[in-house]
Amino acid sequence: MTAIRVLVGTRKGAFILTSDGKRNKWSVDGPHFAGWEIYHVKGSPIDPDRLFASQTSSWFGQIIQRSDDGGRTWSQPGSDGKTEEAAAAGMPQGESNMFVYDTSEKTGKPLTTHQWYDGTQHPWEFARVWHLEPSLDDPDTCYAGVEDAALFRTTDGGVTWRELAGLRGHESGPNWSPGAGGMCLHTIVLDPDDKDRIFCAISAAGAFRSDDRGETWKPINQGLHSDFIPDPTAEVGHCVHRIAIHPTNPNTLFMQKHWDVMRSDDAGDTWREVSGNLPSDFGFPIAVHSHEPDTIYVVPILSDSLHYPPDGKLRVYRSRSGGEDWEALANGLPQEHCYVNVLRDAMAVDTASPCGIYFGTTGGQVYASNDDGDNWEAIVRDLPAVLSVEVQTIS
Amino acid sequence: MIRVVLPHHLQTLAGCDREVTVNVEGVITQRTVLDALEARYPMLRGTVREHVTMKRRPRVRFFADGEDVSHDSPDAKLPPAIAAGEQPFMIVGAVAGG
Repeated sequence: MTAIRVLVGTRKGAFILTSDGKRNKWSVDGPHFAGWEIYHVKGSPIDPDRLFASQTSSWFGQIIQRSDDGGRTWSQPGSDGKTEEAAAAGMPQGESNMFVYDTSEKTGKPLTTHQWYDGTQHPWEFARVWHLEPSLDDPDTCYAGVEDAALFRTTDGGVTWRELAGLRGHESGPNWSPGAGGMCLHTIVLDPDDKDRIFCAISAAGAFRSDDRGETWKPINQGLHSDFIPDPTAEVGHCVHRIAIHPTNPNTLFMQKHWDVMRSDDAGDTWREVSGNLPSDFGFPIAVHSHEPDTIYVVPILSDSLHYPPDGKLRVYRSRSGGEDWEALANGLPQEHCYVNVLRDAMAVDTASPCGIYFGTTGGQVYASNDDGDNWEAIVRDLPAVLSVEVQTIS
Repeated sequence: MIRVVLPHHLQTLAGCDREVTVNVEGVITQRTVLDALEARYPMLRGTVREHVTMKRRPRVRFFADGEDVSHDSPDAKLPPAIAAGEQPFMIVGAVAGG
């Protein structure tokens, strides 16, 4: 018996949507962490009851939460929600919330500056965790992509986090700049075939690849073209919005860039545009069908100034040929007066058959399709603005 | 006993009421009150003060006996009404937006 669990992060809390494998009837649980921004919630692929959540606030900082029972109960790793009695007994005290750039001589890199919106240099300052990527083989290991851009990793279930400073310390760092949402490391893709290989994407720096488990990195942006930087084909400075792969074909990467949908068939070494007949090639998320490595989904948005869909019609576009040829999927989606956006982490697929596709909007709707995207239905309509959507397929 | 009032978000994080009490020995200052608060509620570490610098987070304010003491030295004595437990030390999220 298969169950589906959709993990939704919003501007005002987290929600967990569950259904059986048919995906017709849903229950909605939440809000968890009411009032807090939940940038991302994601479960371990090998222990689906273990979830990590990024709970954040411009007022009160960054909190990491963990659940070991599929989201029924949560605690800060190491603190277990207990108070001074636990502290006196030697429980860790808030270390799970500490994201401190590693400037140590042995493993770290000096804190430098990056480019600010006006082209001046600006200090690197931690703001929040945008994305959590649990390890493919160890439930205690999880990666965190943060703003200002850096990659952290825990190997103790989220109790402590250590920066993999090679990425932030890359020589191109002073040329990175923030996108509209900040200078965030928002995409982490772990290669299922090569445990040493990690892909990351940063707005607005571009895509990077490590072939040594995150210790050293190289920009992989050849073929990207961005008119908003002085050299449109520069090594870094590109506003990559999202990268997705299919687990059986990890050398093929699909990218939704600020403008342009891109494809690489050599693990990011070179890219080519596959925007084809899309009505707009601006957008944020991109997802790959769970059983068809060349079937991909995007949600076109009119432009970077107009963060809503063309013609006021919410349409997912599907390509069954890995790009270039796209078809609109609109059944069940609003086709008039629709001016919501779908953010970069707010689209995901399940592994049931037919493939289920899910996305959340800034208007608070979470839409689901249980038939490869042919038909859509809102699971829930009036949540706070959705920041992220992840899906677990539980056997 | 020192009384401390927490903003809503920190109440939910710590699982406590709006007002809590902490024991502080010695001089009653922002630093000693916050040290005691974080000892009692470890999950609040990093939320009122930055983890490493221990500086007040920019959008957090401290009120004491009707005065804004946000910009006072963390080692300055708090008003007698706080030390006597007659008034709470208030941790407030800055108002931003409508």
